[in-house]
Amino acid sequence: MNVIIVDYNSGNISSVVNSFQEVAKDKVNIEVTSDLNKIKSSDKVVLPGQGSFKSCVDALNNISGLVDTLNEFAINNKKPLLGICVGLQMFADIGYEETETKGLAWIAGKVSKIDNQNGKFKLPHIGWNEIKIVKDSKILNGIENNPHMYFVHSYEFIPEDKNVISTTTDYSTNIVCSIEKENIFGTQFHPEKSDKVGLKIIKNFINL
Amino acid sequence: MLKNRIIPCLDVKNGRVVKGINFVDLQDAGDPVEQAKIYSDGGADEICFLDITASNENRDTIYDVVEKTSKKCFVPLTVGGGVRSVEDINKLLNCGADKVSINTAAVQNSEVVLESSKKFGSQCIVVAIDAKKNADKWEIFTHGGRNNTGINAIEFAKKMEDSGAGELLVTSMDRDGTQVGYDIELMSKISSKVNIPVIASGGVGNLDHLVDGIKLGKASAVLAASIFHYGKHSIKEAKEYLDSKGIPVRI
Repeated sequence: MNVIIVDYNSGNISSVVNSFQEVAKDKVNIEVTSDLNKIKSSDKVVLPGQGSFKSCVDALNNISGLVDTLNEFAINNKKPLLGICVGLQMFADIGYEETETKGLAWIAGKVSKIDNQNGKFKLPHIGWNEIKIVKDSKILNGIENNPHMYFVHSYEFIPEDKNVISTTTDYSTNIVCSIEKENIFGTQFHPEKSDKVGLKIIKNFINL
Repeated sequence: MLKNRIIPCLDVKNGRVVKGINFVDLQDAGDPVEQAKIYSDGGADEICFLDITASNENRDTIYDVVEKTSKKCFVPLTVGGGVRSVEDINKLLNCGADKVSINTAAVQNSEVVLESSKKFGSQCIVVAIDAKKNADKWEIFTHGGRNNTGINAIEFAKKMEDSGAGELLVTSMDRDGTQVGYDIELMSKISSKVNIPVIASGGVGNLDHLVDGIKLGKASAVLAASIFHYGKHSIKEAKEYLDSKGIPVRI
């Protein structure tokens, strides 16, 4: 099996690569690339994302044909794809970080700044927070309720259809932490930095 | 609920830990990778390396340490010490650091913070503020605490937030190494002034100091070195103690 981690200059992806390699050992081939043909022929794709919504969308668009290839992979061919952090946020129709920017429009919804309630909640939301499982999800197999996951973000994904939400966490409001819609998965937290539970989620995705 | 973080810090010089954990079963007590792994297995919420390598020839040793650690530890890794430029930050991130802390360079030129937070995102830019009390205010020190800039630390903290820092690592130079506790007044003043998380550092001698840093100093995270190194306290003990005092921690 081949798992591609999409390298589209979205910032630091070495931790994502390290964690997938740790879980895969020698059994699964993990490749880091933006090569369109390799993405097309891979079994699974991971879409990381750091920095702003706008900078990540711009970086995707900067690689000619990449968005079309991802669309074909995830929407037409319905192969498993995992978005991490801004990678998840880009599933939305639109994001409001820096300026209004169109997303991939795979899951109807928007990405807005977390309400800090006049400074009551510090932003970025950095650190370990408990997640609450609200719906079964394949990537959460074998994970007991309320594990701690590592977060770093100031914006949140607000999907229109709440049925896609699999976990939430309490920070100012109920923030969406992970989603599952058919073959499309995403986590707002960083599984690659969330210790054993994070590695378990990565393992679940690889084993789908 | 968001948990308060406990961050053990390891001083690394020429690729070796200077003050390390005094465990007899360690194969190599000076190996930062092995020590970081002990901390992360023990429940550390984050690992911090402070590179105190003095000579330029040996500066590259930290990259190798970061690269090896990031393949073994799956909690956030923050690296600081001698970070001068956007290129330095880029190199550390590529080696597997999750966050980079900038000290002297941020004071000399706040553009570095602005530019790097734009390029890599605020989430990986930590500004380290070393401050010392002078009469009724705190002043910023640079170059590992040797140079007094006269800059007001609290105003500087605000400026760094505005420049795009994602977190502030605040060290009291008066308390560092004394084991008498954090400078609570400094921590709470900065924490109240900014809307980004503050990591308290400098002066921890016992577990009550960690409690004070969070409860009184209003810090989001507490960093300590020596209380963890010599086996005086484990990360687990620290967390259980904080928990017993009603502080939310990840256990």
